[in-house]
Amino acid sequence: MIDTLRLTAEEAKRLLEAGEISGAELFAAYRAAIDERDPELHCYLHVCDDPAGDGLPIAVKDVIGTKGIPTTAGSKILEGYLPVYDSTVVERLKAHGLRILGKTNTDEFAMGSSTENSAYGPSHNPWDPARVPGGSGGGSAAAVSGGLAPWALGSDTGGSIKQPSALCGNVGLRPTYGTVSRYGIVALASSLDQVGPVARTVRDCAFLYSIIAGRDECDSTTVELPQPVELPQDDDLRGVRVGVPKELNEAEGIEPGVGEAVHAAIAKLEALGAEVGECSLPLSVEYGMACYYLVMPAEASSNLARYDGVRYGYRADATERLEMYKQTREEGFGDEPKRRIMVGTYALSAGYYDAYYGQAQKVRTVIKREHDALFETFDALVSPTSPTVAFPLGARTADPIAMYLSDLLTIPSCMAGLPGLNVPCGLSEGLPVGLQLIGPQFAENTLFRIGHALEQAIGFDPVPERLR
Amino acid sequence: MAIDREQLLHVAHLARLELREEEVERLEGQLNDILEAVSKVSELDLSDVPPTSHPLEVVNVWADDEPRPCLPVVEALANAPEREGDFFKVPPGGAG
Repeated sequence: MIDTLRLTAEEAKRLLEAGEISGAELFAAYRAAIDERDPELHCYLHVCDDPAGDGLPIAVKDVIGTKGIPTTAGSKILEGYLPVYDSTVVERLKAHGLRILGKTNTDEFAMGSSTENSAYGPSHNPWDPARVPGGSGGGSAAAVSGGLAPWALGSDTGGSIKQPSALCGNVGLRPTYGTVSRYGIVALASSLDQVGPVARTVRDCAFLYSIIAGRDECDSTTVELPQPVELPQDDDLRGVRVGVPKELNEAEGIEPGVGEAVHAAIAKLEALGAEVGECSLPLSVEYGMACYYLVMPAEASSNLARYDGVRYGYRADATERLEMYKQTREEGFGDEPKRRIMVGTYALSAGYYDAYYGQAQKVRTVIKREHDALFETFDALVSPTSPTVAFPLGARTADPIAMYLSDLLTIPSCMAGLPGLNVPCGLSEGLPVGLQLIGPQFAENTLFRIGHALEQAIGFDPVPERLR
Repeated sequence: MAIDREQLLHVAHLARLELREEEVERLEGQLNDILEAVSKVSELDLSDVPPTSHPLEVVNVWADDEPRPCLPVVEALANAPEREGDFFKVPPGGAG
């Protein structure tokens, strides 16, 4: 009997290699779990039957292109779209024998923090189906926590891997910008987008990262990793210096229960031998949101220009071409993409470029410099990942700015291109609290080491209480 | 800086969006709220700060100009809403 809620990818791999279970049995176990629980959780937009490969199953966020498997990015404008090639990350999964279980739900074009912007309906949090799983990669995070996949791929622009992992109680890595190929990924904001792993343990997360990372000649922003990925083993953090940025830990809106769980975890870091010190990111947190909500929509408005009804995707009926473009985009896009396209187009338009996009890019330099300065003293920074635990469905849908604040704490480091790891650190009101570890560029191994030691010390049970 | 109805319709045209009247009304308020929030970036005097357009300090990546197989026409056209022969077919029109 395979317990898909508890089995780690590492253990599954061992069982497969020892011949104790077959790839087919493993795949069937997850498919059965999907049949049982996905009607309630709605993690998947498409489920695969009997894909090629003899290895572990994996779920893939629906912004990631998969040859011959529908890829919608959660949008009606891509309904029925069948990519004719695999994204590089999916090629790498297949080269490792991994078998795609299906495509996971996402806010439309990864724009959102709850999956409620998906054109195909929201996903639900396995800890409490009345609450959101976070977003945009809520489908991947909920699938892993709900036992509907051993691990998954997500994508992160301003928090779309880390925030859902925090809300669902699993481990998610937003890698250093440039370490994972975006070839074949539906683009949101190209100077920010990164693909990354979601898993139930830090070691699984590190292993999946090792499969997908590295230079790809099809994405010229990628680089080779300076050091190979190391699977963490130590439970000892002597010599590791961890900074606690005041503004990320005391921001308005951090729930008391979230703050307490993170404080307790920081005390554990000290007990494990880490040197912990206070520090400050005064401008990054205060100006990060404003900077992000200019840069991201500007780039999104440009990236989403390709959805014009000509080469793929939805086309509206119209007898004249300009009208066809406008009607296609009006009918094909949901509210949030339209909002961001409008903000971005305005911010890039003549007369406003310098005041908005140009100024935001300068703020980005300030944010990057502030972080760089801290990494002269610290190996990593720590804070809550999300200011709150999972919120009820519908709680923030009427107010775009309230929804945007879900990513208040994850955005600054994304703007600086830094890696961030979410590690579950406890419960508040019976719901998971996530802690983020932020490192300098290419410091994934440091984050894995700290995250693993903390995970062992905390002993968080990643199986939702209602499913135990 | 606030955006009025006329500017909003102009931006919608630039973005090739045919907004419905109810959307125009809703977006006018929401866009102004968002623009007010993001205008916070103008509080800082950054005249001496260079912009960051890319988080890694990478320079141009050159590749040798070697022909490689590309998508066959039949695959490139596989998702086309409408086609004629080896072409994407679109309705006729002037500007746009």
